[in-house]
Amino acid sequence: MASVTLSDVGKIYPGGVEAVKSIDLEIADGSLCVLVGPSGCGKSTLLRMVAGLETVTGGTVSIDGAPVNDREPAERDIAMVFQNYALYPHMSVYDNMAYGLRNRGTAKPEIDRKVREAARLLAIEPMLQRKPRQLSGGQRQRVAMGRAIVRDPKVFLFDEPLSNLDAKLRVQMRIELKRLQQRLGTTSIYVTHDQLEAMTLADLLVVMNGGEIEQIGTAMEVYERPQTTFVASFIGSPPMNLVPAAVADGVLRLTDSAAQVTLPADRRGLSGAVIVGVRPEDLRIDGGSETGGAETLAFPVTVTGVEPIGAESLLHSQTESGADVTVRLPGYAVHAAGAAMTLAAPAGKLHLFSADTGRRL
Amino acid sequence: MVERRPFLTVLTHLTLILGVAFVALPVWIAFVASTHGAHDFISGLMPLWPGDQMVKNYWQVLSQGESTAGAPPIGLMLFNSSVMALGIAVGKIAVSLLSAFAIVYFRFPFRIAAFWVIFLTLMLPVEVRILPTFEVAASLGLLNSYSGLILPLIASATATFLFRQVFLTIPEELAEASRIDGAGPMKFFRDILIPLSRTNIAALFVILFIYGWNQYLWPLLVTTDASHYTAVMGIQRMVAVPDSEPLWHLIMATAILAMLPPVLVILVMQRLFVRGLIEQEK
Ligand SMILES: Nc1ncnc2c1ncn2[C@@H]1O[C@H](COP(=O)(O)OP(=O)(O)O)[C@@H](O)[C@H]1O
Ligand SMILES: [Mg+2]
Repeated sequence: MASVTLSDVGKIYPGGVEAVKSIDLEIADGSLCVLVGPSGCGKSTLLRMVAGLETVTGGTVSIDGAPVNDREPAERDIAMVFQNYALYPHMSVYDNMAYGLRNRGTAKPEIDRKVREAARLLAIEPMLQRKPRQLSGGQRQRVAMGRAIVRDPKVFLFDEPLSNLDAKLRVQMRIELKRLQQRLGTTSIYVTHDQLEAMTLADLLVVMNGGEIEQIGTAMEVYERPQTTFVASFIGSPPMNLVPAAVADGVLRLTDSAAQVTLPADRRGLSGAVIVGVRPEDLRIDGGSETGGAETLAFPVTVTGVEPIGAESLLHSQTESGADVTVRLPGYAVHAAGAAMTLAAPAGKLHLFSADTGRRL
Repeated sequence: MVERRPFLTVLTHLTLILGVAFVALPVWIAFVASTHGAHDFISGLMPLWPGDQMVKNYWQVLSQGESTAGAPPIGLMLFNSSVMALGIAVGKIAVSLLSAFAIVYFRFPFRIAAFWVIFLTLMLPVEVRILPTFEVAASLGLLNSYSGLILPLIASATATFLFRQVFLTIPEELAEASRIDGAGPMKFFRDILIPLSRTNIAALFVILFIYGWNQYLWPLLVTTDASHYTAVMGIQRMVAVPDSEPLWHLIMATAILAMLPPVLVILVMQRLFVRGLIEQEK
């Protein structure tokens, strides 16, 4: 059991790519921290620095309070699960799991006990004598986890471990992985580019972009109060709609539009160009009978298409200024492309970001 | 490709049979010649069916050799050839595995340069550098010794290159996983790389064994003492006898016997050999 602390951690690859820039992060003992962000944002690099597979070029990585920058991966008491599982192809499942313990000089009966216990936990007992190529993708995934579990490490590191599975198996393994992590209570860092996976797994969600942390918080905090336009547009499916606007005298007016709304009392101090964010589920189609009133932002759009996805439909449209706006509608909705309509959102559901910095106001 | 036309089946089989006959005929002739007496060849006509002197000829080759031509009994020469071929095959594989390991898995200054220097030696087989190599071997006192037969032939760019390609197909994550599992570089080499290159090693072993077995020029130069003659050399000495006809029946018996060890190696390693040549799956 251990906490992981990153202070001012950076990584510049030989060749000059600055993959990670000055990251500060505190991961509490026993929690599951998910690093999420688009491809190339430096998640894997950060994880690999914790693992010791990449040298740290700036700052300090500490496990359990002790700096580990100069320790070999094997000396850090971590275990890692790779995207392609990285099982040793020529060894049986049993040997794959036992290899690390043997290298540590663990006694044979102890190894046997640990391997069998992990195999039972992961329901791969009948496969212990098989080679990895005789297993399905899901089973290989379990063996990779088993290899991590038997070592009983201080920290689990996962680098997109579910990406190679099909959609259904991915959901199932995600649930199992979460349950397993809670049961073992081992501090874990989990890297993914899939925001849904991130939201469902994370005790602590870290959204990264361009080598930097955009926001840290619980999944719900990040969802409900995104700190930047990047987070707003990355978390949530479909993501938050972002529309340019300006604020003057406590009144928000959309760019190139007559639509306006009076901001709640605590927001009246703002002024200047902003970006308004509104979640697809916070929008509704304005029937026209109620004009909305001062507390509602009502604005005209042109429908560009409708996607029915079962329990709900996604209505895609465009505002007068050309911004794309998606609305989540219950049931099966039919709207012709090209139709004009008015969308409405309560003022309390609007997120405001600075047009310059993209930061939440 | 599955074609169901009888004509094609006949044609392909005919082609195959012709090919086999073409390859096998010289071997057959050699075998036939080794079973006749010395006088059966004087007419200049080659008999096509085995004669009745087989036991006698082979017994002579095995027990006495051909002393007039200075060829010792074949047993010793086969032993010498085996030692040389094994030494060359094992040595080349060991050296190449290690150098490929260094080139692929370690970052050291002039790594790429080192690789290309090794690669350049492809252009310098023994035959090209034979005089300087002989000088070196002579001044190191390696003449008439097994090390003299083996060592100068051991460095191999081809094998290094081959193992480099094999190692490059092994996912990087395996090295990382083993690092996390606490395996140092040599442990990784022994526990992961070698087993994963097993089939390639076997295939290369067969090829190099035959390469070593068939060495001719180099053994001819470094051995002057009959105790270190190899089988191929022995045959050469028997053919190049001064002032008399070569004893073809004995030469052919020697040749047939000299063919057996490589055949044995191929038979034993066949399964791995074929897999090593065609298998890509890692
Ligand atoms: N070994 C490397 N050498 C140089 N640049 C690298 C190396 N590995 C990754 N990078 C670069 O670092 C950045 C972050 O990569 P990575 O951490 O793999 O991103 P992610 O896992 O978030 O997709 C990318 O721009 C990538 O091109
Ligand atoms: Mg990655």
